[in-house]
Amino acid sequence: MDLFEYQGKQYFSRFGIAVSPGDVADTVDEAVAVAERIGYPVVVKAQVKVGGRGKAGGVKLAADVDEVRLHAGNILGLDIKGHVVHRLWIEKSSDIAKEYYASFTLDRPNKTHLGMLSAQGGVEIEVVAEENPSAIAFLSIDPVRGLDLATARRWVDEAQLDEVAREQAAELLVKLYECYTVGDCDLAEINPLILTPNGTVHALDAKVTLDENASFRHPEWEEFRATETEDPREKMAKEKGLNYIGLDGTIGIIANGAGLAMSTLDVVNQVGGTAANFLDIGGGANADLMAAAMEVINSDPKVKAIFVNIFGGITRVDEVAKGVLEALSRVAITAPIVLRLDGTNAVEGRAILAPHLNDRLITEATMLDAARRAVSLANA
Amino acid sequence: MSIFVDENTKVIVQGLTGGQGKFHGLRNRDYGTKIVGGVTPGKGGSDVEGIPVFNTVKEAVAATGATASFIVVPPRFASAAILEAAEGGITFIVCITEGIPAHDEAVTYNRLVEEFPGARLLGPNCPGIISPGKCNIGITSGDIALPGGPVGIVSRSGTLTYQALHELSQQGIGQTTCVGIGGDPVPGTNFIDCLAAFEADPETKAVMMIGEIGGSEEERAAEWIKLNMTKPVVSYIAGVTAPAGRKMGHAGAIISGSKGTAQAKMEALAAAGVHVCVNPTEAGEKMVEIVRAL
Repeated sequence: MDLFEYQGKQYFSRFGIAVSPGDVADTVDEAVAVAERIGYPVVVKAQVKVGGRGKAGGVKLAADVDEVRLHAGNILGLDIKGHVVHRLWIEKSSDIAKEYYASFTLDRPNKTHLGMLSAQGGVEIEVVAEENPSAIAFLSIDPVRGLDLATARRWVDEAQLDEVAREQAAELLVKLYECYTVGDCDLAEINPLILTPNGTVHALDAKVTLDENASFRHPEWEEFRATETEDPREKMAKEKGLNYIGLDGTIGIIANGAGLAMSTLDVVNQVGGTAANFLDIGGGANADLMAAAMEVINSDPKVKAIFVNIFGGITRVDEVAKGVLEALSRVAITAPIVLRLDGTNAVEGRAILAPHLNDRLITEATMLDAARRAVSLANA
Repeated sequence: MSIFVDENTKVIVQGLTGGQGKFHGLRNRDYGTKIVGGVTPGKGGSDVEGIPVFNTVKEAVAATGATASFIVVPPRFASAAILEAAEGGITFIVCITEGIPAHDEAVTYNRLVEEFPGARLLGPNCPGIISPGKCNIGITSGDIALPGGPVGIVSRSGTLTYQALHELSQQGIGQTTCVGIGGDPVPGTNFIDCLAAFEADPETKAVMMIGEIGGSEEERAAEWIKLNMTKPVVSYIAGVTAPAGRKMGHAGAIISGSKGTAQAKMEALAAAGVHVCVNPTEAGEKMVEIVRAL
C-alpha cells in the first residue's frame, strides 16, 4: 500500500523523524485556515500517489492568504497523470541550503536491506544512479544486526553530506531505518532531505510503501486504508477474497494461482487479444468464490469475452464448474465464456458443464486454444 | 535420483492438527511420503490418523529421526516455526505459508544462514517439492507427476508448476524432482541452488525453469547457467504483459520502476543458451523435443 505524502510524513513523525509543520485541507477554506495557523509563506501541495507533481503544477508557494486561495483553488480537482487531486497538504515553507536523498528498501538479490544516501537530492534518484552513480553511497544492512549510529555516521561521511548536516542526518537515518523495519515498509524514501541555511536537517517529502502482509500487527494502518481510492471492482474483489487488478483490455480473465493468471494474460496477448484484468481466485476456491469472480468480471463493461483458465490442484475443477453455473443462474452474464479446465476432478467438472454448453459457454482443450477462441469472440 | 528429498526422507508436519496441515499432511502420506510426526504446541501425545503429535520439533525429531519438516502455519507464526525447525535439528524445511511480512522473512533467512548453515529452507509461499514416486512434501497433486525422470523442474509459481508437470506427464516424460521455490521476495532456496543440484544429479538430463516478473533471480541464474550448466535448460517467464508497480498475486512478482521485467529475464536467459519459450505449452513441447532427442 502506497501512502500519500502527508500520511508518509505522519508516519515518519511517529518515529521521531523531523518534517515541516503542516496539515491537510480538502477545501480552499480549510487550506486558508491551515495557512493562517502555521504562518506564511506556505507550500500548497497536491496529494496524489504519482510522481511529477511539481511539473504538473501541483506544488505552489503561497506568500499570503490570496495566493493560498488562488493555488488551492487551482490545484484541487487538478488531474495529474490520471490522478485527480482531492486533498492538499499545506506546510510551512522551508528555506533550502542543500537537498539530499535517503531511502531504505529490500535488496532482493542479497537478501539484506539496502540504504541509499546521496548529497545530490531533489531529483529522481534513478537519474542520479544513471548519470553519476558514484554520487550515491550504498549501504548493505544485515537485517539481523540492523543499523547503528556508528555505522550511520560513517555512512554520512562516505556520502559527503555537508559537515554541519552529518550528525543530524546520521541520527535521522537511524530513525528512518526503524520506521522502515518496525513500521514494516517496503520502501521508506525521503527526497529531498534538506539542510536549511540555519543548519537543521529535515524531511521535505515522504514516499512510503507499506507491506500489506504485515497488516495484522498494524491496526493503525486502518486510517491509511480508508483513504485508498481503489478501483470499485478491485474493492469489490478484495472484499470477496479475490486478487483482482483492473487492466485496459477486452477479455476478462479468471485463473487459479498468480503464475497461471499472469501467464493467461500473456497468452491472450500472444494470440492478439488484450486482458481486461488479472484475477487469481487462489488455491482451494469453491463454487461461491468462483461465482463471485464471475460477477466481478461481469461488472466490467469493457469485457467482451471471459476466459476461465483453471488448472486444478487444491482447487477442484468440479467446484469451479458449479460456480460458473451458479453465477449464470444468479446474474445475467453478458459476455460469452470460454473455459479451459484441467487438473483435479477435471473430468467431473467438464461433465457438470456438458449439458449447458452452447455458443455462449464453450470449453477448449488447451490454454492456447481457449485463448484464441476468447479473442475471436471478443473481436466478433 | 532426486534432489533434496528421496524415498527415505522422514518428514514431520508443523501444524498437522490444523485444517490445512491435516489435509495436505495426510495426502502426502497417502502418496507414500514418510510422514512420521506432527508438531502442535499443547497437543503433544495426541495423534492425527495414527501420526503422533509432539509439542516441539525437538521432541518430534528425537522420537522419529525426522530430517525434513513441512510447515503449514499462519503467517504470524511461520518465522518462529522455521527457526524452531532448524534449532530442532531439521535440515530441510518446506514452508508453504503465504503472507509472511517481508521483514520477518529477511531476518529469518539471515538467521538461518548465520546460525544454522546446515539447514535449507524451501519457500515460503511455495507449493513444496515432489520427487515422483518417492516423496511429496507440500500441496502438489501427486497424480500429475510421473516417476522416472529425466526432467528436473524448478519454478516460482505453483499452478505453472502443475501445468509443466501436466504437459510433460501427458507426453510420457517423467520428472526426477519438481521444486517450487515460491513467489515471495526472500526465498530460502533459489534457482541456482536447484540448478546446481540438478546439474549434479546423474538422472536429471534436462531442466525446466519457470520464472516470473520481479527481482533478479532469473538473471543471476542465467549467469550461473552460462558458466556451469552442461544440461539443456528450457525456460518460461510469466508476466510479459504485467503492468509495472503492481504486485501480481505473489508478493515478489512486481516490476519496480524498470527493474524485474520479463523481457530482461528472457534476454538474459537466451544469452546464456537457455531455450526461452513464450508460453507454458511451447515450453512443454520444447522439452519433449529435447528429451526425445537425448
